This record gives sequence, structure tokens and C-alpha cells, in this order.
Amino acid sequence: MMAFLLKGLARDRSRSLFPVLMVSAGAFLTVFLYSWMYGAMGDLVSSNARFDTGHVKIMTRAYEELADQIPNDLALLGIDRLLEQLRKQEAGMIWAPRIRFGGLLDIPDEQGQTRAQGPIMGLGVDLFGPLSREVETLNLQHALVRGRLPKQENEVLISDEFAERLGVNIGETATLLGSTMNGSMAMYNFTVAGTVRFGVAAMDRGTIIADIRGVQYALDMQDGAGEIVGYTENMLYADEAMLKLAEKFNNNFSRLDDEFSPIMVSLSQQNGLAEYLGLADKVGGIIVGIFILAMSIVLWNSGLMNSLRRYGEIGVRLAMGEPRGSVYRWMIFESIIIGIVGSILGTLLGLAIAYYLQFTGIDVGNFLQKSTVLISNVIRARVTGWSYIIGFIPGLVASVAGTMFAGIGVYRRQTSQLFKELEV
Amino acid sequence: MEVIKIENLVKQYPMGGQKFTALKNINLNFEKGEFCGFIGPSGSGKTTLLNIIGSLDMPSEGSATVLDRKIEKLSHIEAARLRRKHMGFIFQTYNLLPVYTVFENVEFPLLIMKMSAEQRKRKVQDALEWVGLTDKAEARPAQLSGGQSQRVAIARAIVKQPELVLADEPTANLDAENSYNILETMVKLNRELSTTFLFATHDEKVIGYLKRKVYLVDGQVAKDEIVKLKEGTEAQRHKEK
Ligand SMILES: Nc1ncnc2c1ncn2[C@@H]1O[C@H](COP(=O)(O)OP(=O)(O)OP(=O)(O)O)[C@@H](O)[C@H]1O
Ligand SMILES: [Mg+2]
Repeated sequence: MMAFLLKGLARDRSRSLFPVLMVSAGAFLTVFLYSWMYGAMGDLVSSNARFDTGHVKIMTRAYEELADQIPNDLALLGIDRLLEQLRKQEAGMIWAPRIRFGGLLDIPDEQGQTRAQGPIMGLGVDLFGPLSREVETLNLQHALVRGRLPKQENEVLISDEFAERLGVNIGETATLLGSTMNGSMAMYNFTVAGTVRFGVAAMDRGTIIADIRGVQYALDMQDGAGEIVGYTENMLYADEAMLKLAEKFNNNFSRLDDEFSPIMVSLSQQNGLAEYLGLADKVGGIIVGIFILAMSIVLWNSGLMNSLRRYGEIGVRLAMGEPRGSVYRWMIFESIIIGIVGSILGTLLGLAIAYYLQFTGIDVGNFLQKSTVLISNVIRARVTGWSYIIGFIPGLVASVAGTMFAGIGVYRRQTSQLFKELEV
Repeated sequence: MEVIKIENLVKQYPMGGQKFTALKNINLNFEKGEFCGFIGPSGSGKTTLLNIIGSLDMPSEGSATVLDRKIEKLSHIEAARLRRKHMGFIFQTYNLLPVYTVFENVEFPLLIMKMSAEQRKRKVQDALEWVGLTDKAEARPAQLSGGQSQRVAIARAIVKQPELVLADEPTANLDAENSYNILETMVKLNRELSTTFLFATHDEKVIGYLKRKVYLVDGQVAKDEIVKLKEGTEAQRHKEK
């Protein structure tokens, strides 16, 4: 009997091949989309963490309130001591002081007259400190396009695109025009050591990166820094642990009555990333949910159509004395086979493409030209354990559920009715 | 021997809050080996009655006893067993399974009965021989004419040599020549195996072959007529045409 029914299944393409292709398509889309979205989410979080928020960030309470204005007049002072304490108390984390600043970059000609000028976003980081991992964190070696990394306090890296626009060459002088911590005019001559491209549109427009000592000097911020960022050793963000860490730190260091006392916030507490992280957490679920829904409707419908089309066959089988349970179980069995085969095929294809995109990525740089979102231009998929399973949810669960539902008709209707429905 | 006993049978269908009575107080008995038809205009209840006898539908009131089983008391599993072991169905629209060959279509009821492969093969061959389709055993239904398809359906209905064959408008889609061929086949089966045949029909060709005619009008038996036929009469009539 089994062999007989399988033979029928194999011969009837509208019952085997097409449903398998349909299930495959659904499983494929789910796996692929999930992996790619997951990659995108991960990239957004890690880009933000690396360039801006850290996993945690320490600022003064006052700075934190106005953080988007980068109020360096409210910067942390006495950071060397604070860093020393942090490195002792939270040895599992990597700590790094940073100064962000805005200003104009002025490229003088031989006579000292302005040759070119442009607005910049500056980042002062610890490039040479023995404990510093900033070169690694910011991936500077990899981002380097021309020249080399700075070796002295007055050397800078400039966005390659920006350097090109201003016509600056390696070794030339670039003057920073900004404001000091006290609000007076700052003017400082840097030497361009190299140019960088991060592949993150928001960072590649006009950024300069200099050693923090140079920046402290330039902006008159000795022993000060706008921010201290902290990262976990493995560079993977763990929200709960970071929130706990921040709470602990704030209990020890932060005082409500002192706006210059430090406050620690986690990545999720900055830039509206909390909502985003929540979303990222749920996004797998949302995508799968939508797909399950869509696929369920599609496969349910196709299951229903299939069954309706087969009410005649089912009617005949019942008339010949096959028990309903046997007919129903066979329908389910058939859809399980199709679901499994289809899901496996779809998942394999989805994984293959996801793996491929894990290496090559999709360049969405064109869409990001004006964006300030810290996300890589080339978004890579990321294959996780879920990528292997997720396709089976719509592919197997939903399609079998659809058939089960459609199959209820076999039970609900009088057998004689199955024929009538066929004839109409 | 009494094969079917119908007592005070009523069948009602729900129709928009009200009930529509398709069969009203039917009382009928059928003996083994009968060749009988329900005759009547469209909507008179022929199919409904046949379906109840075939345990494909349930009576609303009264009782239908088929092969000593009360249809109204049967569970689905018991009804399935009754059909599996003792009944064959022939439908107006053949209802062959298109993905299977003629042989496989005829084999199917035997598979449901869990018969051994060897037995199945022999029985299917016998059945195909009866209906004269031995040479089409490997064909698919799509490759058959209407008459051939209906002959396959007959082979499928009789392959297990059931006590009872129920045929609902078996000739409705056939031309005269094919109709007669099929009817001849069924008469032969009826004669040689004493299979009981029940038809639902308004086809004159079929009516001419019946040994008993039960006329239904508006869900009621209007006339129950036993036809006394001399041996060979159907064949003669066929030749005259
Ligand atoms: N499932 C149903 N629900 C409601 N009414 C039904 C149902 N099945 C049959 N009927 C009604 O019962 C009556 C008898 O139907 P039945 O199919 O037995 O007629 P019939 O004599 O076989 O007609 P025909 O010669 O056209 O096949 C009809 O009036 C029909 O409308
Ligand atoms: Mg009818």
C-alpha cells in the first residue's frame, strides 16, 4: 500500500515536484533573509560599538545629557586615575579614552595661505599606549589606504575620500581649527600620516583620527577625555552584563548632585540603540513570524487546493472502504515528506547563498551616502545555528499544518459530499 | 436471502435553517442477485438512496439494513469495513485515479483489503478479462475512451467479487454502443456470480435491462415493478438496434 501510494506521489508532479519547489522557495527565502538580516543587525551593533558607543561608555553626567553636541567643555578630567582604577576593578574589559571633536581642517600652501578647507569630525584615540587596543578595535591597519599609521602625537589619519577632495598628500601639514575645552580658539598643525577608508559611509565622509595626546594638547584638555569606552574581551556585546556593569559603576562613582561626576551607560542606552537592540533580538522572530504567516497562507492555500482537487480521489478511496484515518494520515505523511524534502533543499540553497554573502556581502553603500548610521557599506550575511533550522518552520511546520487543516474536510464531510464537491 | 432491507427511511438535509426532505418514508427489500434500478426525474432522491445503502451517507430516520448491518448504527470504521469487503461502486464520472495504470486502478481495492500480491495479480487479470481490457492493463486513464474508462471502473468495482454493486448513472457519459457493452458485462456478472446490482438512472437503455424498477418521485416510491424477462431478451433487443 505504502509503495503504491508513494508511486502515485512520485508520478503526480502537481503533488510532488511543484509543492516541493514551493516549499523550497519558502525555506530558501526564510533562511537567506534571516541570515542576511542577522548579519546586518550584527554589523550595525558592532560598527556603533567600535566607532562610537563602546559596549559601555563613561562620560560626565553633564556631557551625557548633551552627548550629541559633543560638549568637550564638560569632559571628564583626571582620566589617568580613573582608567587605572577601571583597569584594576574591571580587568575583564578593555578600556580606552576618546575625545570626539568637530572643527575645520585647513590645508595651507607654501606661503601658509589656505589652499583647501573642510569640516571634519575628529576622533582622538590612544594610538600608542602600551595597554591600548584601539588600532585593533577601530580596525585601522585594515582601513589604511595610503601612508602609514601615526607614530607621533601630531600625526593624523584622514578619510581617504576627504583627503582626495581636499587634495592633501601624505606628509603635508593639515591645520585643525577648533575650540578648546575652555571655549577659546584652537589651532593645531597636524601632519598627515595616512588615509583611511572604513567602509562605513558615516565615517568616511570627513573624519580625522589622531592620537589622544595630540588632541588633548590641541584642545587644551590635559588629563581629560570626553569619553571612556569599554569593550568586552571577545568584542561581543552582551546587553545584560553591560547594564549590570554600568549600574555597579554608577553606584560607586556617580553622584546625582555632581554633574561632573562620571556616569556609565551601556551601548543599548545610547543613540536609541535600546529599541534597536530589542528589535535586533526580535528581528529573527519577526522575520520568521512574517514568513511563517506568509508561507502558511500560501502553503495552506496550496494544501487546500491540492486537497480539494483530490477530494475525488479521497472520495473514491473512502468508497472503496479505506478508513478515514488512513486517508488523513496519508495526506499528512505526504505533506511531511514534501515539507522535509523541500525544507532541506531550500535550506541548503539558502545556506549556500548566505555563506557566499558572508564572504562577499552586498554593497549597499549607494543607499548610505548621506546616512549617519554607523553601518558597513558592504553588509555580509551571518550564518548562525538558527540559519540551519529556521527554514523548516515555514517549510515543514506550516505546510503540514496547512494540510492538516485542509484535511479536516475529510472528517467533517459526509463521504458522499466529497464527490458532490468534486462535481460542482 | 435478503441483502437489503429499508424500513421507514427518511433523509433530510438542512437548508438555510429549514429542513429539506429528500427521502420520505421509504420501505424496500432486495434479494440476493437482483438487478434493480431506481428510476426517477432529477432530484427525486436516487443518488441519496444509493449513497445511504452504500453507507456513504446516513439516514435521518428509519433504518437501512445492508448485509445484516444497520447502516445508521455503523461507526465510520465499521462502514469502511463493510464497503471494503462487500461493496463495489461505479460512478457517473468514472473517478479513476489518473496517476495509476488501469491495472493499478483495479488493484487498488485489493490493496486496501491487504490482499497478497500474487492474489491481487490473478484477480485483477480476471476482472480485466471480464470487461475485455486485458490489453490496456498498462495504459493510463487519460489514454482511454469514455467507454473503456467506465469498463475499468466496473472492473474495479467487481474485482473483489462483492455481494453488492452500486452504480450511479453509469452510462450517463457514454454513447449507445458503449452503454450496451457495459450493461452486457454487468448482466453477465449478475448471472454468473449472482452479484446484486443497484442502479440509479434515468437512462432508457439501462432501464431496458433492469429486472426490477423502483420509481422514485419526490423522495417517495411511486411504483415498484418486477419485470419478467425471457432468457436472452436483452441481447435480442440489443441486436435489433
Ligand atoms: N447535501 C445536500 N444538501 C441539501 N440538499 C441535498 C443534498 N444532497 C441532495 N440534496 C437534495 O436532495 C434531493 C435529491 O437529490 P439526489 O442527488 O438524490 O437526486 P437524484 O435523484 O440523484 O437526481 P439526479 O438524477 O439529478 O442525479 C435534491 O432535491 C437535492 O437538491
Ligand atoms: Mg443523482
